[in-house]
Amino acid sequence: MPTSNGSDADLTSALAEAVRGAAADRTPLEIRGGGTHAGMGRPVSGRPLEMTGHRGVVDYDPAELVLTARAGTPLSEIEALLAENGQMLAFEPPRLGSGGTLGGAVATGLSGPRRPFTGALRDYVLGARILNGQGEVLRFGGTVFKNVAGFDAFRLMAGAHGTLGVLLDVSLRVIPHPAVEAARVLDLSSGAALQQVADLMRRPLPLSGTFHDGQRLHLRLSGGRAGVQAATDRIGGESADPADWEPIRDLTHPVLARGEGLWRIALPRTGPAGDFADLPWDQGGGVRWLAAETPPAQAWDQAAALGGHIERVRGTAGPAFQPLPPSLLALHRRIKAALDPDGLFNPGRMYAEV
Amino acid sequence: MLDTFDPRLDADFPAVDPAILRARLAPLLPAGGFLTRLEAIRPYESDGLPAYRALPAAVALPETVEQVAAVLKACRDLGVPVVARGAGTGLSGGALPFPGGVLLVMSKFSRILGIDPVAMTARVQPGVRNLAVSEAAAPHGLFYAPDPSSQLACSIGGNVAENAGGVHCLKYGLTVHNVLSAQVVTLDGEILTLGGPASDAAGFDLMALFTGSEGLLGVVTEVLLRLQPLPETTRLILAAFDDVGRAAGAVAAIMAAGVVPAGLEMMDGPALRAAEDFAGAGYPRDAAAILLCEIDGQDEDVIEEIERVSGLLRESGATEVRVARDEAERRRFWAGRKGAFPAMGRLAPDYYCIDGTIPRKSLPFVLAEMGRLAEVHGLGVANVFHAGDGNLHPLILYDANLEGDLEKAEALGGAILELCVSVGGSITGEHGVGREKINQMCVQFTPAEVNAFHALKAAFDPRGLLNPGKAIPTLARCAEYGGMHVHKGALPFAHLERF
Repeated sequence: MPTSNGSDADLTSALAEAVRGAAADRTPLEIRGGGTHAGMGRPVSGRPLEMTGHRGVVDYDPAELVLTARAGTPLSEIEALLAENGQMLAFEPPRLGSGGTLGGAVATGLSGPRRPFTGALRDYVLGARILNGQGEVLRFGGTVFKNVAGFDAFRLMAGAHGTLGVLLDVSLRVIPHPAVEAARVLDLSSGAALQQVADLMRRPLPLSGTFHDGQRLHLRLSGGRAGVQAATDRIGGESADPADWEPIRDLTHPVLARGEGLWRIALPRTGPAGDFADLPWDQGGGVRWLAAETPPAQAWDQAAALGGHIERVRGTAGPAFQPLPPSLLALHRRIKAALDPDGLFNPGRMYAEV
Repeated sequence: MLDTFDPRLDADFPAVDPAILRARLAPLLPAGGFLTRLEAIRPYESDGLPAYRALPAAVALPETVEQVAAVLKACRDLGVPVVARGAGTGLSGGALPFPGGVLLVMSKFSRILGIDPVAMTARVQPGVRNLAVSEAAAPHGLFYAPDPSSQLACSIGGNVAENAGGVHCLKYGLTVHNVLSAQVVTLDGEILTLGGPASDAAGFDLMALFTGSEGLLGVVTEVLLRLQPLPETTRLILAAFDDVGRAAGAVAAIMAAGVVPAGLEMMDGPALRAAEDFAGAGYPRDAAAILLCEIDGQDEDVIEEIERVSGLLRESGATEVRVARDEAERRRFWAGRKGAFPAMGRLAPDYYCIDGTIPRKSLPFVLAEMGRLAEVHGLGVANVFHAGDGNLHPLILYDANLEGDLEKAEALGGAILELCVSVGGSITGEHGVGREKINQMCVQFTPAEVNAFHALKAAFDPRGLLNPGKAIPTLARCAEYGGMHVHKGALPFAHLERF
């Protein structure tokens, strides 16, 4: 499928040149996309490497269910193209403002409400071309779903916040848009809703969203007409508009937007939630949202003790990520050194040492 | 033959005195856990690819994670290479012992530690058989989705190492999509937890990196698996075609229509006839190809989808479309497909199974080209595909007792894999590179990419002692092998001098 946008451009050579220049004068780079995810990660001081000019869909064949686009391509353009063809991104990345790019979505690695049902962003990345610290173009993975040749370095790029290389283009597996979507709202307390959702998730129902706003449980169903109807009858509750799920996906729902910051607390879905039990939750309870300037001091240890972790999605207060145990931090440093030996790419974005 | 490691092209380690090896390792292991006698270690000389055989200096059978850590650390200190082995069913020689090294056999780690039906997870030791997980989960209405055809015998540790797939991964994903967390031991004897019980963990996605790393980064000692609800209904359609290209067209039509089958398999004429003779599956013997399309889910959806897919198959020129009448017939249809490999015994004394992946749209071209290559090499090929995800399993038919036949089969296999790469595919969809496809890695990846893989390995194993000579070729090997090949239109390794 041809790319149609007049501003499409392949800046691979210029970007590679910029990386070689940075390597030559030992200047770190701050990789910049649309800037919509600036609330994630630690500040980086480096020469800006602007990615938004490197844009355009490189290849998209709806029958293959695979799309390849340059990292600077606006996510909205990709989603519009997919929608025209009755397809979508299964992982529903949150749009934290307008102008977000594919590269930014992959680098930050966030997945939306569909995650427990259709999978995470990293599950849909089939391959990536990146620039390494020498400005060489490396291609990991490819455009096929099953591919076990070489390490999955492309999956490693998802959620690495640009610390391991400059994403040039990414191949994604896409999915058909479900024939029918429906939304229900149930008057259930957080605890009762968690139990209900855990029970529903153990059955082969066409669930695609489970969100609790502190007062009520919001459910979304996606699938075939008959299946969604049957599941709706089984679930009960009030009918709602599936469009209500846009603010849940984009983290603009009133209960998520009211604080100075927003913190994503990932916990085992059905385990105890400690002090986080009363927070709004998504993904069957696997993600608790804290809308506040900063989590209470004891929250970090508690999240770790519960088997989870905290990361900042909006705001500026630190730390941005859950601290790593020393053995894993050391491994992170070695992996960083393996792919970016001169520490050029977003140094310190995730951890001071990475 | 690739069972002979070349010190110059693979890896070279100074030999260690067997007495020193015994003195250091035997005390770390339970009684009977350190084997060196020829008759005791002979059964471990090969994995599921028996054409490749090598003997290790010793076989270690640890029972606890502490023993694994101690053995690995001792091997690091001695500079002895270590190869981990699960059930030994792998098809790429990934568990082929390194001569003079230690083979770390994980078969004693055979316990299911717990099924949590509410969290929908299973905590298992790596030696647990794949099918045993689904059997243990079934009373809770759950199952473990990745189902490699060796699932009766293959172990979860091996599945993680190989990122195993199966016929249902089109809908339910590969191993990487179904593992939440793993406890692994590095060569330094460090015990790490990758991933976690939440949907993700802090930092880099090390679980994703580790899955499919073929035993090069560490040894798995415990795994937390994601379970799925058993579907309410499962129905299977068999469609016959008088032309392989039309069958390929039907696959594209089904996928493009937005159907996500639980499995979509294709067999060509020689494969389906052999399978029919072997299993009595009820396949139409005169067809040029058949498709098996399985739909599962909620009752209402399955009924709708079966009708849609049947229509698409007819529109795509199927000469016959049959929905399995009952569970018995569904199982019979699958028995033929699952028996396709053993059925090859009826066509030739030996077969060599290839594992390339291609974009689906290239299927007609690749099929035609593969036929041409088979003719050039003078060998027959029967084709079995995971058609829905473009994963080909051509079975090259040969006779190991005929002088030169195995070499011909290997040459044809290599040519087919390079064909897959040339259309944008991969040299391995689910069997792994192992030892078998070490040379073809040089076709799929540039020296800079191979270097990046070595650097990642070194972050875990700086001395290169874990499973040397597998999965990632040395640049020296690529220079030697690559001399015959042109990669992406350019002569590879142009900067190296040639003689």
